[in-house]
Amino acid sequence: MHIPDGYLGPQTSGMMYAVMLPIWAFAAKIVKKTLKAKQVPLLAIAAAFSFVIMMFNVPIPGGTTGHAVGAVLAAILLGPWAACIAVTVALVVQALLFGDGGITAIGANCFNMAFIEVFAGYYIYKIISGSSGVTSGRRIVAAGVAGYLGLNLAAFTTAVMFGIQPLMHTTADGRSLYCPYGLNVAIPVMMAEHLLVFGWIEAIVTALVIKYLQKEDPSLLQATQEVR
Amino acid sequence: MKTTTKLWIGIGVLALLSPLGLLLPEYFKSGDAWGEWGIEAFGEMIGYIPRGLDKLSALWSAPFADYAFKGWEEKGLRDLSFAYIISAVIGIAVTACVVLLIGRLLSRKK
Repeated sequence: MHIPDGYLGPQTSGMMYAVMLPIWAFAAKIVKKTLKAKQVPLLAIAAAFSFVIMMFNVPIPGGTTGHAVGAVLAAILLGPWAACIAVTVALVVQALLFGDGGITAIGANCFNMAFIEVFAGYYIYKIISGSSGVTSGRRIVAAGVAGYLGLNLAAFTTAVMFGIQPLMHTTADGRSLYCPYGLNVAIPVMMAEHLLVFGWIEAIVTALVIKYLQKEDPSLLQATQEVR
Repeated sequence: MKTTTKLWIGIGVLALLSPLGLLLPEYFKSGDAWGEWGIEAFGEMIGYIPRGLDKLSALWSAPFADYAFKGWEEKGLRDLSFAYIISAVIGIAVTACVVLLIGRLLSRKK
């Protein structure tokens, strides 16, 4: 899901930076008001987890690969705005140091994984959890569903970004300048692999960590209730 | 033991296991993620390399591109797995330090 340099035209990648800048600024403002100093280590852990879990490429035999992102987990533990910052840092480090995701596409990749997935996952978790206690089984289900849907929504916005390129950038001789596959290819392929395989990985990873924390240290799961 | 210490140990274990993310796709003969192909793949896929993509793709030369070391492209899977673990450790350390720094700057004292 890490869009490399060159797959998006300058309009799309510029636009996504323009969209993300106020989101990052607002996230900093909200986090400044709500994040407690003692939560900072957990925020670093959530970011490091997101970084390393993305290295676990899961193969579809004979096909493509994909991976979990860990963004919904960060959102559940620390709230969406802090999670947005944590996942952004992981994505920027991946782009700059490891060439995973393009530097022109940092805005786009952060929009998909650090904004769409984080916020969608967070609110889906909240809605399904309802007023259940922090150690209830319902919250494990909520975490799994939120992980599954959050990753799939991110896959969808990624597919749309790929898919609109031929509409915007095709030369007179019918050749594409950037991503050559339109919405009719990008959406079905991206959604099939994420709905069938990678979404489940995110669901399982998210639910298992929440289940572990319920047993180990439920106080960590209360944090977002006070903090919003 | 504090929960955060246990979680850090868990992240260390994940770093050590990370070569699975390299070896399993190799074993199952899986290619790149959709939309993350190198430019050389386009000739076979669509018969030409999109001009803008060709130009932009070399924009940034990452120090540990593909979670490996420069000049190690032809090395075997054992060396690449080693580079993968080192990359995981570097990435985790840099990510965590940057977040700790940002967190310290932004968070409330109490």
